[in-house]
Amino acid sequence: MADTDREDEELFTEPSGTQSQPASLSTEDVSANTNGPNQDALFDDDPEDLFAEATEEVSLDSPERDILLSDGPSPAITPITPPTSVIAPRIGHTHDDMFTHSSFDEIEEEEVDDSFDINISVSDPEKVGEYVVHPVQEQKTSMSLFKQREFSVKRRFSDFLGLHSKLASKYLHVGYIVPPAPEKSIVGMTKVKVGKEDQSSNEFVEKRRSALERYLMRTVKHHILLKDPDVLQFLESSELPRAVSTQALSSAGLLRMVNKAADAVNKMTIKMNESDAWFEEKQQHFESLDVQLRKLHISVESLVCHRKELSVNTAQFAKSAAMLGNSEDHTALSRALSQLAEVEEKMDQLHQDQANADFYLFSELLGDYVRLLAAVKGVFDHRIKTWQKWQDSQILLQKKREAEAKLQFTNKSDKLQQAKDEIKDMEGRVQQDERDFEQISRTIRKEVGRFEKERVKDFKTSIIKYLESLVLTQQQVIKSYFTFRYVTASV
Amino acid sequence: MMMTEENEVESTLSVCGHNIQIAEVLKDGEMLSFLIVSQKLSGTGEYHVHRNYDDFEWLQHNLFCQEDVAGIQGVIFPPLPAKAQVNTAAKVMKQLGFLSLGEWQPYCKALEVFLQQVAAHSILSKNKAVEVFLTNPDSPGKQKVKKNIFNRLSQAVDGMRKEGHKDVDDFFQTARDHNLVLTNCTKTVTEKLLEVVQTEQKIAVACGHFSAALLLCVEPGDDPNKQAFSKVCVKLSEVFESMKKSTTGVSENDVSTMGLGLDLESRYQEAIKEMLFRRTCKLVELEHARRNAEKAKPVKKAAMEELRKAAETEFEDISRVAKEEITRFEAVRVKMLQQAMVQWCEKQLLTAKECADQFTQHLEVFRGMNFK
Repeated sequence: MADTDREDEELFTEPSGTQSQPASLSTEDVSANTNGPNQDALFDDDPEDLFAEATEEVSLDSPERDILLSDGPSPAITPITPPTSVIAPRIGHTHDDMFTHSSFDEIEEEEVDDSFDINISVSDPEKVGEYVVHPVQEQKTSMSLFKQREFSVKRRFSDFLGLHSKLASKYLHVGYIVPPAPEKSIVGMTKVKVGKEDQSSNEFVEKRRSALERYLMRTVKHHILLKDPDVLQFLESSELPRAVSTQALSSAGLLRMVNKAADAVNKMTIKMNESDAWFEEKQQHFESLDVQLRKLHISVESLVCHRKELSVNTAQFAKSAAMLGNSEDHTALSRALSQLAEVEEKMDQLHQDQANADFYLFSELLGDYVRLLAAVKGVFDHRIKTWQKWQDSQILLQKKREAEAKLQFTNKSDKLQQAKDEIKDMEGRVQQDERDFEQISRTIRKEVGRFEKERVKDFKTSIIKYLESLVLTQQQVIKSYFTFRYVTASV
Repeated sequence: MMMTEENEVESTLSVCGHNIQIAEVLKDGEMLSFLIVSQKLSGTGEYHVHRNYDDFEWLQHNLFCQEDVAGIQGVIFPPLPAKAQVNTAAKVMKQLGFLSLGEWQPYCKALEVFLQQVAAHSILSKNKAVEVFLTNPDSPGKQKVKKNIFNRLSQAVDGMRKEGHKDVDDFFQTARDHNLVLTNCTKTVTEKLLEVVQTEQKIAVACGHFSAALLLCVEPGDDPNKQAFSKVCVKLSEVFESMKKSTTGVSENDVSTMGLGLDLESRYQEAIKEMLFRRTCKLVELEHARRNAEKAKPVKKAAMEELRKAAETEFEDISRVAKEEITRFEAVRVKMLQQAMVQWCEKQLLTAKECADQFTQHLEVFRGMNFK
């Protein structure tokens, strides 16, 4: 494959091949890496289970925080270098300044390629053998990253969760805002399991399908994540290895995660000497934005609820009008009342459509952003942890220097040499930790910029779709009334 | 709202019946006070009188108590809405339904229609109380209310049994059966529409909340992305303000046209039910009197015969008046409902068009937003 970044890293040669870097986590050994809470306990993979589901409902912001608040990558793994998964050069971009040291910051200087165009759609679930899968279709243009233009694969819900889990463990702790995966839902799963073919289980299916689609779209819109081998494998491989790690959350596992998170949060009251006011301001900003978005979310949910209520009431009104029409002797009046019933039935349908628009275009959007903000908060927290690590190394270095100074006055030359060696190592570590801290700070700055830009686009897109649906609805309302007016005029 | 018939019979009313207006409603302590304006028939000029609910009740009782008028029990009395006060109990508000909404405007309209119907009624308008009510500067309600026959009859213990009593006249049997069905259907439709309106109001409030909450998301600063997001929030807030306005409009239209119409129809069906019941009770009385006359011992025979004759005359009078009333009302009712539906449609059409225009404008604003 074409020129890439660093000489010492192995190149990633094909999307579906096994991953060769020591840094990234391959699907098979995830369970061996305790990157975060015990992965084995995380997900339950029971073929009998539709959706291979969790037994708990996960709250809006727990997954990301828990993964982040756990200890970083185990020492056995060198700091993650995400851009090593770059397969091909970005179109129209040269890599002159790539070969600086061991940090990966330069890779991110690339701007988002404007010729990027990828469209993902997730379809309704189907049963394949014993499992329930979602067909995922992707269409791409002008990307030399991919072998084909169009792809179609089938993925289980647990595959999506597994993808997120992998991405989170690779990228969150170095400052990338990884989009959160859709939530597991006990209630919804149970209803589908029982085989209820009613409206609420259909709604659940659609809600999930839409959430999976949005999740994938957000993930591939991230120019770094898009090139991740796990993402590519997810999108292209006909068969995904059945990863051991993708197990639904058991109640014991959840409890463990929650407790670990609580411990981490307590440790999190680290007083950091914030030298950069930007971070403090941003943190406050995101905290208040979180509050606002939650308020908005509640507000919209209330609106959706009332809209559905209106639909039900309108249907009942229509029915009663029809009954009155049937009891009516006067022919023309009877006809007018029947027409009224028809108009109101149409209104009922329009109210339902409106409620769906309210829900999918706003409620889910706001929910997504509340969860995204949790990921944002997580990367900020990780920056603090990285800073702390750096401070700790400095302290340790200082101790070692003091120890060495003491040893100077003794005649233990071998111990002295050992001390000097250790100091050298430690100095290296301190330097690395400082670089890590600066790196994550830089990454976060860029990510926040990207997030805020995406946010505007996201909202604008949803709002335009919403307004289009509103205009359409009103036009249909007008049409209905015109018909009605024509009929009643002849009474 | 109701169409008035041609007044063929001489009326003692000195004012025009069909354009009586309730121009204002004021709070008078606990009571609501209504300003009633009526046009003098002779020349120009208006009567302005202030009346409260007690006055309306006084009027109604006077109308009920016209025992000297033949067949008065066969009259479909224009229904008077329940009493409303400044602080009306929840139970009464529920009973009032549509009339409890909109700051008493629908309620005033209902009272207005009541007066117009009374003034237009060939028998009722002749009652002196109507003239007094409409023209006398003083409030008549302080006079003691006489006990009337209607109170007695409607509280009949064996009312239920009598209600089902088979009729001797097909016309009336049909009228009773039909009325039973219509009363129930109309009541249901009215209730269901009220529920729709109440939900519409909830949606309007929710839109308002969402709109206000969006404004709180505005972020200060020079950062272009922040400014862009703030602009999006502000414009979206305007969208939901529009939605609130249009939903409120839809709800108000529902109340002022269809709601009022159905409410009136519903109360009228109840009034007809009461009238038919009165007649049925008279029928039962008559059949009693006939039996008594037949079985009477010679001593009592003459007296029983008198009673039988009186009962027969009363029943015939009632039936005659009732038939006229039913026939007249049928025509009026169809027109009234049609009008309600037409007005409803026109108003909703207007609101929908305004709404569509607004949303189209908002859409253009958003489409035109270009962010770097």
